[in-house]
Amino acid sequence: MLKNLCQKMFGRSLWVYHANSGGCNGCDIEVLNVLTPYYDVERFGIKLVGSPRHADVMLCQGPAMRSTAHALKRAYDAMPAPKLVFAIGSCACGGGVWFDSYSVLGPVEKVVPVSYYIPGCPPRPEAIIYGVAVALGLVDKKVAPVEFKQIEFPIPIYHPGDLRRENDMVVYEKIKHV
Amino acid sequence: MSVLSKFEETIICLKAGRVTLPYPAQARPLPENFRGRPIFNAAKCVGCAGCANNCPAREILVYDVCQEIRILQYLGRRCTYCGRCADVCPEKAITMSLEFENATANISDLGQKLDLFMSTCQRCGRCFKGVAALEELKMKGYRSDDIQNERWIYRATSFLESEPAVDDIKIELD
Repeated sequence: MLKNLCQKMFGRSLWVYHANSGGCNGCDIEVLNVLTPYYDVERFGIKLVGSPRHADVMLCQGPAMRSTAHALKRAYDAMPAPKLVFAIGSCACGGGVWFDSYSVLGPVEKVVPVSYYIPGCPPRPEAIIYGVAVALGLVDKKVAPVEFKQIEFPIPIYHPGDLRRENDMVVYEKIKHV
Repeated sequence: MSVLSKFEETIICLKAGRVTLPYPAQARPLPENFRGRPIFNAAKCVGCAGCANNCPAREILVYDVCQEIRILQYLGRRCTYCGRCADVCPEKAITMSLEFENATANISDLGQKLDLFMSTCQRCGRCFKGVAALEELKMKGYRSDDIQNERWIYRATSFLESEPAVDDIKIELD
């Protein structure tokens, strides 16, 4: 449903607003790299705007910090609906390496609702374009959760009953399989 | 003069050519030694939790359900793809793949969860050796990270309460 809504609402062009709430500038450089002639996302209609009031999409970089969380929330509230939030980089997705320190509140999803995550430290410009393409419904996501169970039975069990005393030594003879 | 300069400008512009990369149609070849998402090979993993103890983002969680089954959970959300887990793995069960197109709408898509079978030591009945010999005397040999809240627990609470093995030695942990 969200995908259909996105295609309908954001079919023509996305105006993005670029919000850094305490990152290290690495992801900002990658986001700006996306806008340079080398990657040139303006051919897809993606344009960087200066004010959240003009924007459809907020690109969040950096974790939600104690000092900037309020400003981030206000910037989000200033955006007209419908709006999307992209969390770019491992800081925005999960809080980064210093996720549990005093001044870091955690991932940006603690402050604003995040619709798409682009992990990486920093993500490649291609990864950011791919994330936008996933949001627009042009391509399908490639990642899926992996769960693996490595359970082997029977377990050899140690039986104290099989201990046998022999010439001042305790001998354990067999390993039983259940 | 001015007309000539316009011609010069035209020549400069034509010389530059096109630099835009045709990304969505054709990807640029990845650089050498590129590190993407780590892939855990559960068949090779022995559950030593070396990756969990070396992760700078502390996002590989280890939880011992029982004596035989250990859960190793990789969250993937704050992974910086530093490759330390792959370096430290003794069995080479973790490989840094070339996958970088990891954008998703649901952050739990990035997680990997391994239920590992730990064979018990026949002699002591424990799965895994502790950090140091003295600490091992007081520990049960379990690590208990908080899987539900995706948190790493610093202080192991799974110490033997009663009958301390070494009474006169105070062990400072962390």
